[in-house]
Amino acid sequence: MARPLTAVDAPETAVAEAASPAAMPAPPAAPRVRAGLMARFGDRAYRGFTATFALGILLLLGSMFLMLWRESGPALDAFGWGFLTSAGWNPVTEEFGALVAVSGTLVSTVIALLVAVPISLGIALFLAEISPRRLRTPLGVAIELLAAIPSIVYGMWGLFVLAPLMSDHVQPALQTVFGFLPLFSGPPMGIGMLTAGLVLALMIVPFIASVTRDVFLMVPTTLKESAYGLGCTTWEVVRDVMIPYGRKGIFGAVFLGLGRALGETMAVTFVIGNAHRLSSSLFAPGNSIASTLANEFTEADGDVYLAALIELGLILFAITFVIIGLAQLWMRRMAGPGKA
Amino acid sequence: MTPMHRANLSPADIPLEKPPLEPTKAPGRRKVKDAKISVRGLNFFYDGKQALFDNTLDIAGGEVTAFIGPSGCGKSTHIRCYNRMYDLYKGQRAEGELLMDGVNIIGAGVSSLDLRHRVGMIFQKPTPFPMTVFDNVAYGLRLRGRMPKSELEGRVEEALKGAALWDEVKDSLHHQGTNLSGGQQQRLCIARAVAVEPEVILMDEPCSALDPIATGKIEELIDGFRGRFTIIIVTHNMQQAARVSDYTAFFYMGKLVEFGDTETLFTMPRNQQTEDYITGRFG
Repeated sequence: MARPLTAVDAPETAVAEAASPAAMPAPPAAPRVRAGLMARFGDRAYRGFTATFALGILLLLGSMFLMLWRESGPALDAFGWGFLTSAGWNPVTEEFGALVAVSGTLVSTVIALLVAVPISLGIALFLAEISPRRLRTPLGVAIELLAAIPSIVYGMWGLFVLAPLMSDHVQPALQTVFGFLPLFSGPPMGIGMLTAGLVLALMIVPFIASVTRDVFLMVPTTLKESAYGLGCTTWEVVRDVMIPYGRKGIFGAVFLGLGRALGETMAVTFVIGNAHRLSSSLFAPGNSIASTLANEFTEADGDVYLAALIELGLILFAITFVIIGLAQLWMRRMAGPGKA
Repeated sequence: MTPMHRANLSPADIPLEKPPLEPTKAPGRRKVKDAKISVRGLNFFYDGKQALFDNTLDIAGGEVTAFIGPSGCGKSTHIRCYNRMYDLYKGQRAEGELLMDGVNIIGAGVSSLDLRHRVGMIFQKPTPFPMTVFDNVAYGLRLRGRMPKSELEGRVEEALKGAALWDEVKDSLHHQGTNLSGGQQQRLCIARAVAVEPEVILMDEPCSALDPIATGKIEELIDGFRGRFTIIIVTHNMQQAARVSDYTAFFYMGKLVEFGDTETLFTMPRNQQTEDYITGRFG
């Protein structure tokens, strides 16, 4: 109780001490107390303010989920769990299933990650370890600028530049080498799952690369030097020390890209082909959840049609939620140092 | 050659703030028995800025040599020439001769990778790799080629025993090395270095992040390594230099001010600057 009154004291203590002035050794009187009152008010207001914002996010998240759930009611009633496993999508007969869109979302995201992760790791390593100091900043900024390009521009570029390139050169070449695989069969149209995955890859590279570069830059110099000191080559230092040291941060970067790829709409809509067909070929046009929504929302005339689209949104919400949640759990379980 | 410092300059003439401007010509160099490394006229530059001036000394094989001096005096820079760590950085450059067993290791034609297989290094802060205790020690061995599992296990055990760590970690060999205490981590790094049987071990202030008990253990290890490895230790702690080393070199502003056997240097320094430093009058 003999502690001097300070602004950071809990309000209760402060009030108690103010109520028994005898307990305070030579109180410095009014101005200090008033300052304390002001500070306490400010403190409380500040706490309330920030708590409101934080809780607001949770409320918003909850209300979004509820809204999606309620609005998709007719479709939930009509199709039940069968919605998830049905590949049908017929607005005329009002028969809807999510399988094509869900698999399209997952497949294009997987392609994007398979392509983007190694490229991003390479870029990050170059920027952090190999590139001359003078090049680091300009190159780093250029990579980060890629993230600033609006997704619709990526979409148009994909349609007008990447798709012809794919159909004229890349897909025929893939077909000559891997043509025996069903993945690379069918006519090389340029538009389809593979192209969508590549555009997505290009869009998430800047996120993964710049975060991973920062992770690599945080590896202590002496740790790297002690690996070099044992006679390691640069590649061995990277593989055995830098990547394991930064693995948490690298996973974080990958999941950042994953989250972006799952929900990306405009760019994918331009190049995925928008066909409600399941195909084993990556050359075939398909559809993703986001592109289905973007294409059909304004055309949905029946209640069930609209509800089916909203249910697709609900599924995308759930997929994202589950994947990011699993990622968090996984990262928490990983032992060892590294930045999250 | 005379083992005395420059006769034309009396110690009192040397200002404390500024060292003599002319390059020191091996002041007070003592002949060491069986020099493992002979440094001759070593100069070092960071982006053209000279950091070492004409360092010349001999490092005795199988003994412990301590480098002392105030911060920024170049002792760490000097030690980093012995495994060419400066090779990693553009703009860093060494000139002169650094003869190890008669071969100039900072000259062209010597691979820094091969050199680092012969010269181990311990750093100020423990640097366990992000892997298990076992893998940390086995890492250097695996780099040098495949060997049967039983031999690998044997050599890891031997190295951990050599670093007086075996009893503490034998039941947790497959836990992360980073979970050990600071002193244990540093002994793990020592085990990792000795596992590959280097000829020389460089220690750059190996105890400065450790408590006195952990420091004592490291010093015991250094003592036990005598005869097996040539050890060069950079230290801020003069008592430590006096305790562990056979030879001591005092650096000041990139110059080797005095070099000799440890007992003589600490009891009868021939140079005023050395005396001022070891008696705590500056630095």
